[in-house]
Amino acid sequence: MIRSLIAICFAGLLFGPAAYFRWSSDNSETEGRELISTDTRLQRYGFSLQEVAKDVGIDFVHQPPRVDMRLRHIEPQIAAMGASVSIVDVDKDGWQDFYLTSSAPGAKNHFYRNRGDGTFAEIAEQLGLADLNADGVGACMGSVWADINNDGFDDVLVYRWGRQELLMNHEGKRFESIGDSAGLPDWANIGTATWLDYDRDGRVDLFLAGYWPDHVHLDDLEDTRIMPESFEYADNGGHNWMLRNVGGGRFVDVTDEVGVDSTRWTLAVVAADFDDDSFVDLFLANDYGNSELFRNEGGKRFQEVGKDAGVGFAPKSGMNASVGDVLNQGRLSIYESNISEEGVLLQGNNLWFPSGDGSIHFDNLASVMGVELGGWSFGAQFGDLNNDGFNDLSVTNGYVSGDQGTSYWYDFSQITGGHEQIISDASNWPDMRQRSLAGYQSTRLWVNDGAGSFRDVAQWVGVTDRHDGRAIALADFRNRGVLDVVVANQRGPALVYQNTVDSSRHWIAFELEGIVSNRSAIGARVRVFWNGQQQLQERVAASGYSSQNQSRLHFGLGAVSDVDRVVIRWPSGKEQQVIAPAVDQVHTIREVR
Amino acid sequence: MSDSQSLQSTSDVSSVGDAVETDSASDGAQVSPGGTWRRWLTLENRFLAPLLITSILLAGQLTFGILESWSRTLIAIGIAIACELVLGKLVVGRFPHLASAYISGISVGILIRSPFIWPYAMCAGLSIMSKYVLRIQNRHLWNPSNFGVSAMLFLYPSAVASLSIQWGNSLWPMLVVWCLGAMIISRLKRFHICLTYVISFIAFAGARSWLTGSPFLANVSPLTGPMYQLFVFFMITDPKTTVRPKWGQCLVAFLVAAVEMLLRLAEFIHAPYYALFLVGPVALAVEMRWTRDRAGRAKAPESVVNLDKNAAGSGSLGEVEAPQST
Repeated sequence: MIRSLIAICFAGLLFGPAAYFRWSSDNSETEGRELISTDTRLQRYGFSLQEVAKDVGIDFVHQPPRVDMRLRHIEPQIAAMGASVSIVDVDKDGWQDFYLTSSAPGAKNHFYRNRGDGTFAEIAEQLGLADLNADGVGACMGSVWADINNDGFDDVLVYRWGRQELLMNHEGKRFESIGDSAGLPDWANIGTATWLDYDRDGRVDLFLAGYWPDHVHLDDLEDTRIMPESFEYADNGGHNWMLRNVGGGRFVDVTDEVGVDSTRWTLAVVAADFDDDSFVDLFLANDYGNSELFRNEGGKRFQEVGKDAGVGFAPKSGMNASVGDVLNQGRLSIYESNISEEGVLLQGNNLWFPSGDGSIHFDNLASVMGVELGGWSFGAQFGDLNNDGFNDLSVTNGYVSGDQGTSYWYDFSQITGGHEQIISDASNWPDMRQRSLAGYQSTRLWVNDGAGSFRDVAQWVGVTDRHDGRAIALADFRNRGVLDVVVANQRGPALVYQNTVDSSRHWIAFELEGIVSNRSAIGARVRVFWNGQQQLQERVAASGYSSQNQSRLHFGLGAVSDVDRVVIRWPSGKEQQVIAPAVDQVHTIREVR
Repeated sequence: MSDSQSLQSTSDVSSVGDAVETDSASDGAQVSPGGTWRRWLTLENRFLAPLLITSILLAGQLTFGILESWSRTLIAIGIAIACELVLGKLVVGRFPHLASAYISGISVGILIRSPFIWPYAMCAGLSIMSKYVLRIQNRHLWNPSNFGVSAMLFLYPSAVASLSIQWGNSLWPMLVVWCLGAMIISRLKRFHICLTYVISFIAFAGARSWLTGSPFLANVSPLTGPMYQLFVFFMITDPKTTVRPKWGQCLVAFLVAAVEMLLRLAEFIHAPYYALFLVGPVALAVEMRWTRDRAGRAKAPESVVNLDKNAAGSGSLGEVEAPQST
């Protein structure tokens, strides 16, 4: 009798939950195909997205980097990066423009100027930003903007797997490369870069992080031992650089002096003040290894505190670094994307939530909050898409979409489990033969309920594409107080999702201009206090994966139509307060000297 | 029934390290009562296996962070122990020794990866329950952890993956595991199983390479990872779920590798677990049938005769494998 009961319990435990999951999965798939009107979307979720790229004049398809013939068998995964997007108001006309990079030799980058009527004009050639993939200079991986000479116009660094290009903005009319005088590395396979004023001297400095080892020329290899030495502990990637801005368009390499070098395979960096000491810190999302957190010690040196801070222990495949105040507690969390594939590899994305005890310590609450499993995740951004007062989370997914119905996962899992001597030689990697590796995955739009839980509504609000998403950026392209979404897809078209938000919801936004601080106000923190809560946002340059959001800080307010006060802490350390600013408008705030 | 008997009858081996434990438990019967301190310092000690696997766990976690989290592994251990206590009491009528359940819990905590907590609890529970439910002639057929891990990987792919992490980049951790494993397994006279499997795996890797056109080293690659080291040394050598003649053990190891090759050709990522899951019980069933036929022909006593030379000397395995209370 007892044995029979145990047997029944055993069978129930073995098959019961599996049957339930299968049943609930079938149900959710059916619901996912449900077509609902914009009105219903607004009613249910508070916002609705519509892909309008072609309608508004965006015609861009990313071209991948060229690789050496000896890498042809795994070319799709070697050349799996380079689709980037950055938002900038290039001519300071009050309308947000954006810049897309391509990566193939000869492929043109596109710059889309916002006409102010909802459409865009492609003017990269005119600006001198189109032809940056010439033979011999490497492949563009991204761009990041800041006003490096405090002249009121944002300049741009275009970083490459190859040579780096720093271009000065001449009043939004043309760009000029400042070439070797900038002190940039001759050749480096830069995976990410950002601007920050680490020493608070009023000039933005430049941080660069390498991906492939510095000596590697992917289109002309010396040998095939170029791959990571480990899937989890690789330390044979590219170097980091900290270049201090000394004015006049010149930079000095202070990497060793400030202690930020490492040779991880870095794919994303975000510079923000995680310990609230007015000095900006650096979080690095590293592929094939642990994340790193460099704590700024008074603008003099950085100390790597990843392990102590809780973010540098469990190695994953970091591909994104973005920050947001997820529970309106006035503290910044970090979102780091990784790889999750059913039955194969469940790294899970990380939501590094700050401890709140004043220390620089984080706990991974991605699972608790429901933002852990995205797929092969790349770029992610926080932003209040439905203006309900809480930061939502948009995440692109998908690595290599090859032939439908095929999979390279088996071979991938085999080789990546191997020892250094095997994994690090590209010739040991099995031929991909046009097979997919985590291909055709959908974007996640996780809506924040403000109580510690997120829900994916992408399919329901109109985001249904299955491209290999890389960079994602948010901007209010129509100056209507809603965040639109731009997605740069690898080997795919750039997409623009136009957002419509429930009109009963309010918002407020801030354009910041530093006077004592760097003019771009990079590093400024804005706290908006309303309805008994506060939300913190920090003006950062790079955010996400190979992307940059608009510089304007946008806060959704929900149904509340007044704000108690706004406190701005400038990069210089000074604080400024605005009492009861009007809602539903953009405020331009200059630093008081 | 002595403690060692209760251990063998109710809490058969799990996976990682279980081979050590069970045989040492058997061998433990040989140690003289006066050699207490020696038992603590030698492989005869039944606590050695738990200590060994705990050391591997601690070293792996503290140096490389191999666990998903401490709490999840502790949950797996807790559930395994709780199941063992409850089922032992219900089925056998007494609380069994908990070393085996502890090892099962740790094995589950190391071998499965999940962002959720429940798979660790469920896998530990299924592993222990399988020992009490899936039995023929009072022998359980599956290595408990192999059963639990395989079931979870097959039934819950959206929530569970297997260990894929490495022992860092250096050769040293890998060499330590190989040497330690080889030493222990040799002491237990089961190294021939590992050797047969490894040679077979490499040969089949060559065959797969030839058949698929993929690099040979890519096919051999998994063997260099920690998951395989644990699998080779501690899972396929489990005395409770392997056949008893030495030649039979070699044959089974070869067949596991052969089935694994077929599964790998079909691109099953968790091929080793599934291969053992498929081959192990069939081999045991065949052996039981063959043993029963022989026993019948020889009109031997009804109890199952212990043919395991490695357990020879304990003289108890056959008896305790058929506890009347079950």
